[in-house]
Amino acid sequence: MFKGDFIKNLPKIYGTYTGGFIVFIILMAIAEQAGVSAKNIGVMFVAFTVLIYALIGYLSRTIQVDAYYVAGRQVPTVFNGMATAADWMSGASFVALAGGVYFGGYTYMAFLVGWTGGYVLVATLMAPYLRKFGCYTVPDFIGTRYGGNLVRACAVFVLFIASFTYVTAQINATGTIASRALGIPFEAGVWVGLISILICSMLGGMRAVTWTQVAQYIVLIIAYLIPVFWISSNVGGGIFPHLMLGDEVARLGELEQQFGLVKNSAADMKAAGVPGGLKYISGTHSGVPEGGMAVWKYLSLAICMMVGTASLPHILMRYFTTPSVRAARKSVAWSLFFIFLLYSSAPMLATLSKLALMDPNLPTGIIGKSISEVQSIEWVQRWSEVKQVFIADFNGDGVLQLNEWFMRGDVVVLATPEVAGLPFVISGLVFAGGMAAAMSTADGLVLAISNALSHDIYYKIIDPKADTAKRLLVARVLLVIIGAAGAYIASFRLTSILGSVAWAFDFAMSGLFFPLVLGVWWKRATRAGAIAGIVSGIASGTLYLLWVFPKFSVPIFGGVNTPFLGIDHLRFGLIGAPICLVVMVVVSLMTKEPSPAVQKMVDDTRIPTGKAILGKQH
Amino acid sequence: MSNKDAYWNKTKNHMIVTLVLWAFFSLVIFMFGSELNTMSFLGYPLAYYMTAQGSLLAFVIILFWTANKQEKIDEEHGFSEREDD
Repeated sequence: MFKGDFIKNLPKIYGTYTGGFIVFIILMAIAEQAGVSAKNIGVMFVAFTVLIYALIGYLSRTIQVDAYYVAGRQVPTVFNGMATAADWMSGASFVALAGGVYFGGYTYMAFLVGWTGGYVLVATLMAPYLRKFGCYTVPDFIGTRYGGNLVRACAVFVLFIASFTYVTAQINATGTIASRALGIPFEAGVWVGLISILICSMLGGMRAVTWTQVAQYIVLIIAYLIPVFWISSNVGGGIFPHLMLGDEVARLGELEQQFGLVKNSAADMKAAGVPGGLKYISGTHSGVPEGGMAVWKYLSLAICMMVGTASLPHILMRYFTTPSVRAARKSVAWSLFFIFLLYSSAPMLATLSKLALMDPNLPTGIIGKSISEVQSIEWVQRWSEVKQVFIADFNGDGVLQLNEWFMRGDVVVLATPEVAGLPFVISGLVFAGGMAAAMSTADGLVLAISNALSHDIYYKIIDPKADTAKRLLVARVLLVIIGAAGAYIASFRLTSILGSVAWAFDFAMSGLFFPLVLGVWWKRATRAGAIAGIVSGIASGTLYLLWVFPKFSVPIFGGVNTPFLGIDHLRFGLIGAPICLVVMVVVSLMTKEPSPAVQKMVDDTRIPTGKAILGKQH
Repeated sequence: MSNKDAYWNKTKNHMIVTLVLWAFFSLVIFMFGSELNTMSFLGYPLAYYMTAQGSLLAFVIILFWTANKQEKIDEEHGFSEREDD
C-alpha cells in the first residue's frame, strides 16, 4: 500500500488514520441509534484509540540509541509540530481549561497568553541552538556547555523536580478519565492508564512517543473542535464561533447584571454542604478587574507561564528530533499553530456553555428557574449523583440563583455536549480526546525524566563505557520505574497536596531558564556561575513556595504568610529566576572566563551549518 | 568584522525585534486592559478578545515571520543548511 520510505509516506499514513477515525465515529453514531448503551460507546472509544496508540508504539520499537533518544532526528516540521502540541496540551488543558475560563473569566485567561507566548521565547532563544548542539537531553546541553558532572547533575535535579510535579497530575488525569469511561475504580484506572502510557513509550523511546503523539493530537483536536462548532450552532452562536460570539459575550454581561454577581461566604457554603472543588460564578466573563494589583496579577502569571514554557525539558527535547536547525525553528511555529486551534476554542466553549445555562430564553437555561424543576433534569441528576454539580438554596426562595449553582470545572467540557442536546457519541469522543491529551503529555514527561537519568546520570556519569544494549536496557527499566512511581503517588490522590501543574513551570523557570539562555547568548557564563545559579534559583524558589503556600504552613516560617507583592504559590518562579540570574552573572564574572575551546563551541552553536557539537551517536 | 560576527549581530538584532513584538502582545497591551475593553473588535470587548484569541494569533504570526526572516539572514551569510541535512 505504501511505497518508499516511512517518512515520505507520513501524510498518507496519518491521512488514512484520520479518515479511519472519522469512520469509527460514524460507526459509533450508528451503534448509538441502534440502541448500544452510552456506557459501551464510551468504553469502545477509549479502548479503540488506546489500542491504536499501543500498535503504533509497538511498530516503532527500536534498538538504536539515536532513534530511542531523538527519534533518529528525522521528524518533519509539521509532524513535530503536532507531536509537540499533543505533548504540550495535557489532560488538564483538555478538560479543565474551558472550565477555568468559565469561572475565572478575563483574569484566568492570563494562562492562555502565558501558555502560548512562551513559544516565542522557545523559538528565539532556545530551540534552534539546542538542535544545533546535537544533545539528547536538556541536561546534556548544560553538562557539555559548562563542562563537568556536577553541573549536569544539578540540571537533572531541576528537570526531575519540574517534570515529576507535572507527571503525577497527568497520570491522575489519565486515571480519572479511564475510570469514568471504563466504569472501573479510580485506582484501577490509574494503573490501566500507566500500562497504556508505557506500551506507547517503552519499546521505541522518543521515536514511538513521537508517532503516537501525532496520532493523539489528531484525536484530541477532533474531539475538542467538533463539539464546539456543533454546540455553537445548536445554541444560536453561529457556525463559526470564534468570529461570531460578540453578541453572546455582550449578552452574558447583561445576564450577569440581571442575576447579580454575589459572593458566598465560606460559612454559608460549609453549612449548605457544598462538596470540595465545586465552584460558582462570582466574577464577570469579559470585564477587566480594576486596579494596579489586578494588572500585576495578570502580568505576573503570564510571565511565569511564558518563561516556564521556555524551560520545560519535555517540550524543548521535542525540537531535538527535527532534521535541521531551520526545521526546528519552523517546527516551533507549527507547534503553536496546532496549540492555538485548541486554546482559542476554549474561551468560546466557556462562553457557549455559560450562555446555555444562564440564558432564560434558551431551553437549556437553568438559572432563574425553580429548583425543583432544575433537579428533575436528567443530566443534572446524573452529575449530582457523582457530586460534580450541586445546588444550595441560600435565600430559601426556591428559585435557582447564579450563586446557588455549583459545579466542577471539568463539567464544562464533559457535560456541555449533553446539555446542548448533542448525541452521546460526542461525549464518548470527548472521553477519547481527554485520554489522548493526558496520555501524550504523560508519555513525554516520563520519557524526559527517564532519558535524563539514563543518559546523563547512568551513561555520562556512572558508566561511560556501557554498550548500546545496556544503555537502552537501563533507559527502559528507568522508564518503568518512573512511570510506576508516578502512578503510585497518583493513586493516593495526593495531587491536592502536590499542588498545581503551574508549579512545574515555576520550578523549571527558577533553575533552568537562565542557565539555558546564557549558555547560548553569553560566552562569559562559566561552570561555577551555572552551578551557583541553578542551586540558588531552585533553592530560593522552593523556600519561597514553602513560605507562601497556605497548605504547607511550615512552622519555622511562622505558619501562613501573606504573599510578597502578590507573588503567591502560582508565581514563585518570579523569586527563583531573578535570583538565579543575578547569582549566575556575579559568580561568572568572579571566575575565570571559559577556555577558548568552550568559546569556540558556543560560536559553533550559534551557526546553523556545520557539524553538531555532539556526534550523531554519543 | 568577520562574516560570523556580522551574522551573529544581525541574528541578535532580529532576536531583539522579535522579543519587542512578543512583549507588546503579551505584556504591554494587558497593562491597559480596562482602557482597551471600552473599544470593541468583531463585537468583542478588545482586551477580552486579545486574551482569548488575538494575542495567541499574534504569537503564531510572529513565529512564522521570525523563522522566515532568520532563514533570509542565514542565506545572506551563507549559513543556510542544505535540504538533505
